[in-house]
Amino acid sequence: MSSVWLVAQREILARARSKAFIISTVVLVVLIVALSIVTTLVGGSGHSDATVGVTGQTASLSAPLSASAKSLGQTVATRTVPDEATGRAEVNSGKLDALLVGDGSTVQVVVKKDLDTKLGNVLHVLAGQVAFNQKIESLGGDPAEVNAAVAAAPVRVTSLQRPHAYNTQQLVLGIIAGILIYLSLLLSGQMVAQGVVEEKSSRVVELLLSAIRPWQLMAGKVLGLGIVGFLQMVVVGGVGLIAGLATGALTIPASAAVGTVVWLVVWYVLGFLAYALTFAAAAATVSRQEDVSGVITPILMLVVVGYVLGISILPGDPSSGLIETLSMLPMFAPTLMPMRVAMGGVPVWQLAVAVGGMVVVIPLLVLLSARIYRNAVLRSGARVKLREAWRAA
Amino acid sequence: MRRLEISGVSKRYGDVVALADMAFDVRAGEIFGFVGSNGAGKTTTMRIVLGVLASDAGQVRWDGAPVTAETRRNIGYMPEERGLYPRMKVGEQLVYLARLHGMPATAAQAAMRRWTDRLGVAARRGDEVQKLSLGNQQRVQLAAALVHDPAILVLDEPFSGLDPVAVDVMSQVLRDKAAQGVPVMFSSHQLDLVERICDRIGIVRDGSMVAQGTVDELRSGGAERLIVNAPKAAAGWADHLDGVRVLSYDQPRTTLELAVGADDQAVLRSALATGPVHEFARERPSLTELFRDIVTVPVDDATESNGGKS
Repeated sequence: MSSVWLVAQREILARARSKAFIISTVVLVVLIVALSIVTTLVGGSGHSDATVGVTGQTASLSAPLSASAKSLGQTVATRTVPDEATGRAEVNSGKLDALLVGDGSTVQVVVKKDLDTKLGNVLHVLAGQVAFNQKIESLGGDPAEVNAAVAAAPVRVTSLQRPHAYNTQQLVLGIIAGILIYLSLLLSGQMVAQGVVEEKSSRVVELLLSAIRPWQLMAGKVLGLGIVGFLQMVVVGGVGLIAGLATGALTIPASAAVGTVVWLVVWYVLGFLAYALTFAAAAATVSRQEDVSGVITPILMLVVVGYVLGISILPGDPSSGLIETLSMLPMFAPTLMPMRVAMGGVPVWQLAVAVGGMVVVIPLLVLLSARIYRNAVLRSGARVKLREAWRAA
Repeated sequence: MRRLEISGVSKRYGDVVALADMAFDVRAGEIFGFVGSNGAGKTTTMRIVLGVLASDAGQVRWDGAPVTAETRRNIGYMPEERGLYPRMKVGEQLVYLARLHGMPATAAQAAMRRWTDRLGVAARRGDEVQKLSLGNQQRVQLAAALVHDPAILVLDEPFSGLDPVAVDVMSQVLRDKAAQGVPVMFSSHQLDLVERICDRIGIVRDGSMVAQGTVDELRSGGAERLIVNAPKAAAGWADHLDGVRVLSYDQPRTTLELAVGADDQAVLRSALATGPVHEFARERPSLTELFRDIVTVPVDDATESNGGKS
């Protein structure tokens, strides 16, 4: 075991000192901080969807307007202007989105060109409300009382299956989780493949194997590079989390955010183990760096396919049945499950199936890759066929 | 006495026989030279000793017991295919290799310093291996074989690519190691060097050991030659002598080959009968001649096609 750790230590030092690693980490950290700042600036809270001006005569409409907007899930700010002329000027200059004119008994609105659809809906509701109130008054009723009764009338809902309410923030978190795990698997997986071939092409592998067993060399390499990738992920994910919470880009509860990061780490470990072992075995069959991509691309495609499907389907349809199924399969689980977990609403049994599948597959991959690696790693020259690598003793 | 024994080791690559019943031993404190033409099976044998390659049959034993992974960690190995991490610093690399062989960190540091000093690359400890000249890389490769204070040395062509100074240093290192009781086995094509520093020599052909012994033993095994310098002797003067074959007649010198048991005094008398004799010397074949005799016996083409992997 100490040999494995020695190999791992060498890999960690060699990789952590390499320029490529330092640069990729810095770039990722900068990207994620920038992302959270941009999110705050663009989406940020405190902004209203529209600003509507009211004159002295229409000021009575400003409270019902806000209420109507709220019932449609929008925020409309109102501002009282000194007179109609000033209001019209402000609408023309774009300071106001619309101006309510008239005497307040009907809804009359002045806009620059067209009425924004969303604001139009709000005003439509408002107009209905105004007419409704006038009718109640003419019938001798109290609009306030009627409105209170209407507002209090309950709808009792019985769900047969409890749906999950996806929150936009969590969708974004899921996408970020997907990108992070995708990049990590991609980068560290390739590091493993390149490391294996570097030892073969520099022929140092024969010297190493005169001291330690092939499985120790492979395990040490996977462990060392896994730790480096893991630290990179923790740094990037952690910085992202802190930046998100600090800038206010993340308003979901900290516990949910932390949960996402924890699951991200779990899936990185599982996904990295599975993919790194496969990459190591595949890379052992070739002897030159130029040939590496040829043998690892088919495996890499699994990572890419999982990621692309997830990123293109999940944001629009978070409960997609296809993704739900794929995310429980071992080759796609590492890319899809963390996205789903970040979005929330993953049933426990699905998580259990996905994790369980990985736990079964990884030991099988250990046996398979160790055998292929052992048989192929000392054969230099032409690419070793997989079947030969499997059979040869 | 502790011995590294290679007994009955065979190896095939598909239809090609790389080793057929290879057998010899290297005793503790002895330098054993391993010679043979390209593709004869030297490298394959060494790889099997190191466990880097599995044999089809036969056994490698150290001190009577089959060699295990634990024994192998105590072997200093220099592979034919030189290889070090190109982007790793010389000092760090040697320490790493020493520790892989089971040496504690502090001892590994000390050993690294000792061997880089001894092999003349102390000034390059902080440099990446790829920045060194080929000769210096070769010295680092030697240091890598020696740094963990091995109990057995197996070196594949340790002298190739070394300058004369490094050859002297290397020879001395091998002698010192042998003096400490380490069995040293190395292959080489530099036969004069082998003849000079080896206690025993093994000659391989076609994956088998065809001759082994001390240099003297090997040389006495060949037919004995006589050089006779008799200026007055006419061509054919020795043709009728029993057990004598004339190899060349090159006035004034005649070179004869004596069959086992032939009487050299009779040859001398015949020579004196022709006139004065200025020189009358026995000559034993050099290792190079022996080697040539042994390995040039026509062989199957199959062995040669395996040249790259030997």
